Amino acid sequence: MTQNRPWIPYALILPSVVFLGLLFVVPLVQTIWLAVSDNGTPSLANMTTMVSDINFGRSVLNTFLLTLAVVPIQIVMALTMGSMVAKMNGGRETILWIWTIPLGISDLAAGMVWLSILQNTGYLNSILFGMGLIERQTAWLTYQTPVALFIGIAIAEIWRGTAIVMIIIVAGLNQVPKEFKEAAEIFGASPWTRFTRITLPLIRPALQSALILRTVLAFEVFAVVYALGGRNFPVLVGEAYNWQNQNQNYSVAAAYAVLIMVISLAATLVYLKAIKVDPERLP
Amino acid sequence: MANIVIDNIKKSFGAFQALKEVSLTINDGEFVSLLGPSGCGKTTLLRIIAGLETATSGDIRIGDRSVISLPPKDRGLAMVFQNYAVFPHMTVYENVAFGLRMQKADDARVKKQVEKAAGLLHIEPYLDRYPNKLSGGQRQRVAVARALAVEPGVLLMDEPLSNLDALLRLEMRTELKTVLQAAGTTTIYVTHDQTEAMGLSDRIAVVHDGRIEQVGTPVEVYNHPATRFVGGFIGNPPMNFITMPVTGGKVAIGSQQFAVPATGGEIVFGLRGETVERAPNGQGLDMQVRVAEPMGSHLLLTGSILGQPARVILPATETVRNGETVGLTLDPKRLTWLSPESGASYPAAA
Repeated sequence: MTQNRPWIPYALILPSVVFLGLLFVVPLVQTIWLAVSDNGTPSLANMTTMVSDINFGRSVLNTFLLTLAVVPIQIVMALTMGSMVAKMNGGRETILWIWTIPLGISDLAAGMVWLSILQNTGYLNSILFGMGLIERQTAWLTYQTPVALFIGIAIAEIWRGTAIVMIIIVAGLNQVPKEFKEAAEIFGASPWTRFTRITLPLIRPALQSALILRTVLAFEVFAVVYALGGRNFPVLVGEAYNWQNQNQNYSVAAAYAVLIMVISLAATLVYLKAIKVDPERLP
Repeated sequence: MANIVIDNIKKSFGAFQALKEVSLTINDGEFVSLLGPSGCGKTTLLRIIAGLETATSGDIRIGDRSVISLPPKDRGLAMVFQNYAVFPHMTVYENVAFGLRMQKADDARVKKQVEKAAGLLHIEPYLDRYPNKLSGGQRQRVAVARALAVEPGVLLMDEPLSNLDALLRLEMRTELKTVLQAAGTTTIYVTHDQTEAMGLSDRIAVVHDGRIEQVGTPVEVYNHPATRFVGGFIGNPPMNFITMPVTGGKVAIGSQQFAVPATGGEIVFGLRGETVERAPNGQGLDMQVRVAEPMGSHLLLTGSILGQPARVILPATETVRNGETVGLTLDPKRLTWLSPESGASYPAAA
């Protein structure tokens, strides 16, 4: 049917392209221009303001530290979880369903959940007190306890964001025919060798997607950090938010936004290069 | 090289009995096919021998050593899978070398063994390529080379040719026979294709409904099926089964009289379609031909004998019209007599 009217597919796709163009490309160009201009002329003034701000160094460091701590743990956990359910016969769907519950919760709500656990009057302190391990309420989330604060935020992020990694990894694992692992087993590969030499190389595309998605999301971390640490734990998106709302300086906020985008793009390129996916070498 | 003893293997999946006390002894260097329709349990048996599946009870001995509780790698066997299971992320060389690498063989031995196996299977030109660049037949060769490279005592093959097209299958079948004869490896070959089993095997074990119905050479199994199932499953067209009344230890079929191993009641005679000859006009056993199909090499007749469905084969030189009645002469030595109740055949007359 469409052979007579080859424009039909294009016409059907057009609205989505226009929609994305208007609501993504235009703001993107505007933001970049906002970041690298001052009163309508090109300028690095906003960048300079951003870099010389007292919280800039800390927010870059915190964002990278959090990403470096959270993403590898999430990948390892997702691989472990995916491998564990792969061995199950019954109840697999139920377990996956339970594991993906955090996906259905907004990140601010997730932050609140962990705040109710970790704050001074929270569940953690109640339990520790009940077990006689602490004498009085202990603060975990203040600027005086940076390590505890960091661990608390990291745990909350891991809890909230592992499910999406696991879904991608499980989908990847499902595409590896079991005969590959059986053949490897017959020819003498140990479980660990089967995992490293057969499974991991064969789920490269899933691994790559999961890493890119999760890393980009980790650089954009905000609501969980804000709920648990407020400004005690500055991160890049948090700073952008402050410049936008508290300081009403849209240009510096835009500079932060551009910086986050550049970091995300760089990370994506690194992954694309480091984990090459050659379609010829896939099942 | 090793002999294999399958001793009273049982396997249940919940309430379903996939294997019901299967026993079979395979001699050193022998090629035995497990032949049966899908779902009969033949692949389950192979996977139990491989160690990929655990038996509910029973024992497997390879080279007089019980392997039932050993993991696959300690059983001294190699396997070729139905979908090849050639690793897509490794070159053909590394695929063939995989088993040797797992055994921590040194590079010199790996190279020697890979080249030897690649030579046997004619895959030397592809050693540097990745499997996705190869055709199905070439991938199958890689899978066989990978198995032979470790010089296994036992080679297990699970429907290795079923994913190939008909012409390639015939070619690979001939080649497998040559290669495996040269290697002298004890081989268990699972297939649902009776021509493969007939062509390749020293002996065939016909598996049906979780049991081995008959074990024998291809000719034995073909000419003297132990059960009605075996006769019907092996041969193309399948064996015809025609029920006859017995009077005084004899059966009258057309103008011929046959002494049968029963005194009264009924008996079934199993008739291989190609063992008949066309009788002179008005003589022999009548067959009402519904469809006559000239196949080039022979003439295939489908119709009925004594009101029971039958297929027979006549030489291509004969001409028969649809709807015609032809007289057939039977060869008493090539008939199989079976019990109508149990479906089991009577021992062949001496």
